[in-house]
Amino acid sequence: MNWNDLIFLLPEIIIATGASLMLIAPVTGIREAVSAKWAMLAVLAITAGSLIACSWAVTDLHQSKYFGRMFALDGFSIFFKLLFIGAIAVIVLLSDDYLQETRYSAWEYYSLVGFALCGMMFMASGVHLATIYIGLELLSLSSYILAGYFKNEQKSTEAAMKYFVLGAVSSAILLYGISLIYGVCGSLNLFDIARAMSTIVTNDALMFGIILLACGLCFKIAAVPFHVWTPDVYEGAPTPITAFLSTASKAAAFAIFARVFYTGLHDFHGSWNNVLATVSALSMIVGNLAAITQNSIKRMLAYSSIAHAGYALLGIIAVNEMGIRGVLIYTFVYVFANLGIWSIVLMMKRHEYAGEQVSDFEGLHSRAPFWAFAMFIFLLSLGGIPPTAGFIGKYFLFYAAVQAGFGWLAIIAVLMSAVSMFYYLRLVVAMYLRDGKAADVTTSGSLRFVAAVCLVVTIIFGVLPDRLVKQVDASAKRMHIQDAVMRNVAK
Amino acid sequence: MGILNIVTYIPAIGALLLLFFRKDNPAAIRITATAVAIIDFIASLYLWMNFDSKAAGDAIWQFREKYEWIPSLHVSYDFGIDGIALLLIVLTTFMGIIAIVSSYSAIDHRQKEYYILLLLLQTGMIGTFCALDFFLFYLFWEIMLVPMYFIIGIWGGARKLYAAIKFFLYTLAGSVLMLLSILGLYFFNSDGIPFLNIPGLHNPPTFSVIHYHQIGHLIPPSLQFWLFLGFFFGFAIKVPMFPFHTWLPDAHVEAPTAGSIILAAVLLKMGTYGFVRFALPILPDGTKQLLPWVVGLAIIGIIYGALVSLVQKDMKKLVAYSSVSHLGFVMLGMFALNPMGLKGSVLQMINHGISTGALFLLVGFIYERRHTRLISEYGGLAKQMPMYAVLFLIAALSSMGLPALNGFIGEFTILVGAANRNLWWAVFASVGIVLGAAYLLWLYQRVFWGPLDNPKNRDVPDVNGREMALMFALVAVMIWIGVYPKPFFEPLEEPVNYIVKKVDPTYFDRNPLVYPAAQPEHVAEAK
Repeated sequence: MNWNDLIFLLPEIIIATGASLMLIAPVTGIREAVSAKWAMLAVLAITAGSLIACSWAVTDLHQSKYFGRMFALDGFSIFFKLLFIGAIAVIVLLSDDYLQETRYSAWEYYSLVGFALCGMMFMASGVHLATIYIGLELLSLSSYILAGYFKNEQKSTEAAMKYFVLGAVSSAILLYGISLIYGVCGSLNLFDIARAMSTIVTNDALMFGIILLACGLCFKIAAVPFHVWTPDVYEGAPTPITAFLSTASKAAAFAIFARVFYTGLHDFHGSWNNVLATVSALSMIVGNLAAITQNSIKRMLAYSSIAHAGYALLGIIAVNEMGIRGVLIYTFVYVFANLGIWSIVLMMKRHEYAGEQVSDFEGLHSRAPFWAFAMFIFLLSLGGIPPTAGFIGKYFLFYAAVQAGFGWLAIIAVLMSAVSMFYYLRLVVAMYLRDGKAADVTTSGSLRFVAAVCLVVTIIFGVLPDRLVKQVDASAKRMHIQDAVMRNVAK
Repeated sequence: MGILNIVTYIPAIGALLLLFFRKDNPAAIRITATAVAIIDFIASLYLWMNFDSKAAGDAIWQFREKYEWIPSLHVSYDFGIDGIALLLIVLTTFMGIIAIVSSYSAIDHRQKEYYILLLLLQTGMIGTFCALDFFLFYLFWEIMLVPMYFIIGIWGGARKLYAAIKFFLYTLAGSVLMLLSILGLYFFNSDGIPFLNIPGLHNPPTFSVIHYHQIGHLIPPSLQFWLFLGFFFGFAIKVPMFPFHTWLPDAHVEAPTAGSIILAAVLLKMGTYGFVRFALPILPDGTKQLLPWVVGLAIIGIIYGALVSLVQKDMKKLVAYSSVSHLGFVMLGMFALNPMGLKGSVLQMINHGISTGALFLLVGFIYERRHTRLISEYGGLAKQMPMYAVLFLIAALSSMGLPALNGFIGEFTILVGAANRNLWWAVFASVGIVLGAAYLLWLYQRVFWGPLDNPKNRDVPDVNGREMALMFALVAVMIWIGVYPKPFFEPLEEPVNYIVKKVDPTYFDRNPLVYPAAQPEHVAEAK
């Protein structure tokens, strides 16, 4: 190991240190001096700054693999890390009022969020199954605690328990899959695995390992049939944590999904992509159909996130350049549209679990016309209606699927996205077409800021997606081409 | 920024302007909205004045404006119109005024949002007619859905929510399938479609509609079939063709009057326009493969729509079902695939917009007075509302195709075109015309003649000045097209020849005597 490599870990070191300090802070005098929110945002800003500095320091983003090729700092990982940091910053802003109102300790909370972020950043950079697994566990353990953070709420505790038990099982399955792959390929490094695979024609143990690995990852992205925990956990967890689970955490899972399957298991795609295609189709169908009957916003969005996992899987299944770009773009636009929705949900009256029924949104247009409009745009984006960013994301995924020969899957996807409009429109109906008594709307500066930023992102990248597409191109192309080149060299 | 963009975005700018108006001053909002619509209409007339009807071949695209938009996706901002789009744009801006003015008294709450949505809708519709890039077209196509959804959903009748969602989902389901077909075209043009074993042309990737017009004949028939099917679902739902029409009666009955007018006059034309602009010229083989099915559905639609109209108890529903029948005519004429049929088809789109728009308007007048549309509630209205009765009669006669009014010209041209292709088509279509006369005259008889026996109808006032002005404008156009349709046919000649050449390249060679002017040069020289 080269100690100089440590410099490229700087962002992770900073966030881990920051999160640890946040744990200590309450027993020192700091808690009077600064608020937890600003301390956390400062840590995030430094992390982002150091990440950008690191990316400049890396001369060749293609060859930048550190710590014995366990850790990569390439365009792909930088894209995701910045997305995570941005999403976590939004989560912090969303959590602030909520925490003040409920009087749980903010410092511990933010510290856990920080550790989760650290885990996600390792996931994005991991090119070694051990790195990826450890990152994933760090994220998962933090998430279990956060889901049960309202320890006096029965629902919250129940959610944490369910999440923990099922999550632990899925981690075990994942680990078993990894061990089988290791047994056949003799390495945990994704590039070595790819090299070993290029010489293997067929191997049942390997196939079994890949399937188990896919099962474990499907649990993390909440794809059918590994989705049953989602509605309960989303409903029970504190709302900002639900926002976290449905956006940042999911994006991280997609990052490793893409990395593992594109880089490591690429050569076997003929075997696994049909399995994943079935999972994707089931997720889209079950998620969208189940969402129709939900009256709780959190449950509706939970099912919708299941469906969105199905869409995003299209990009993984396609195994082509459009696919990886699609995953990146879709994750990006999905995170922002979803965070926007959560910010509006949090604007509703926040006592206990109120403001979470569809009926709470009735007549919102007359109470808060601008926020109703913002919510409408976010919903259109999730439904994939132009000119919102969601359409661009879906466009890439459908494109990739058709290009890769999954025409039938693309047809299911487009029809299901039409179905999804049915339940998104239910919210629109409640907001605009019914004159009910909406729950109180209490906006705070941070909520307004978050919603406005998400709105701008959703519209700008819908009308002028060129910048985003180019950025993603640069990030994804490097990964794709470089890995292919490496494999060819190995052969 | 060219004139075409100006025409497209005037309503949107007007809508932005309205955002700053106070909610409690509906009069100012109405006047501003009307002024915007009138300015837009004048701008669209400027288009018509400066339109060169003689331009043939690839020069039919006029007022072209092309800018880079999303280079990384090979999408450009490409606007341009031919004679077909021109007429539909003028129809849109004209009906836009009618819709706005007709809403003065009908809309009594949330006026500001209402007029903003109407104007946004207008921008969406004009943009759809102007777009010469598939991506842009799809964008406008979807944008149109949203305002109409709200117009039905907020200001509609008793079952407005149901109707609004049904409208939205039906159209959306069709349009996403159309999106897949667009992607299919795009792949064929560039890398091909490996899983269907279809090699691509390896052209630079593009969404340009004109480019696809040029390469359409290169697409293998098997692929054309599937692509056509995708477009078919997108457009046939919008037209709507039997059996995809079930959203239409709901949407029409529940929509406010202006919504119905716009829906009938323009939104339905999006479907038929889509066929003319995209499906026919780009997919000639697909068109021919599916032609028997489409024509079959069109004929069923004509007769089914008319028969269902006959038994309606609700006037608005009757007019809605008559749209199914009329649009069947439009589809029939179009799929005759000859210049006569196509010309009649496009003219009938305009005619249907005017006549059916007028009928919806008239039903709206009486609904505002009596708050019922049940035919059985009326009778003998001619005594109470003579002016109204006269206007209704003209609109009904125009709709059923009486000579000297617009409907006759369109239907006659379509029948000639259809008979040219297959006499039986014309025979079936004629049955539809007879039934059309039956349901309209029977409606007229039950509503206007007989004794004035319902006491509630005794004190209903006749049409007022504003309503009369609206109807006079519509009647004037009906008579104009009926007596002197030349200005309407003129801009259609070349675009129609262009489409026929694309969809049936040998048509003019086979029929040299019928269309000497449109003959390819080599034939003319051979003589």
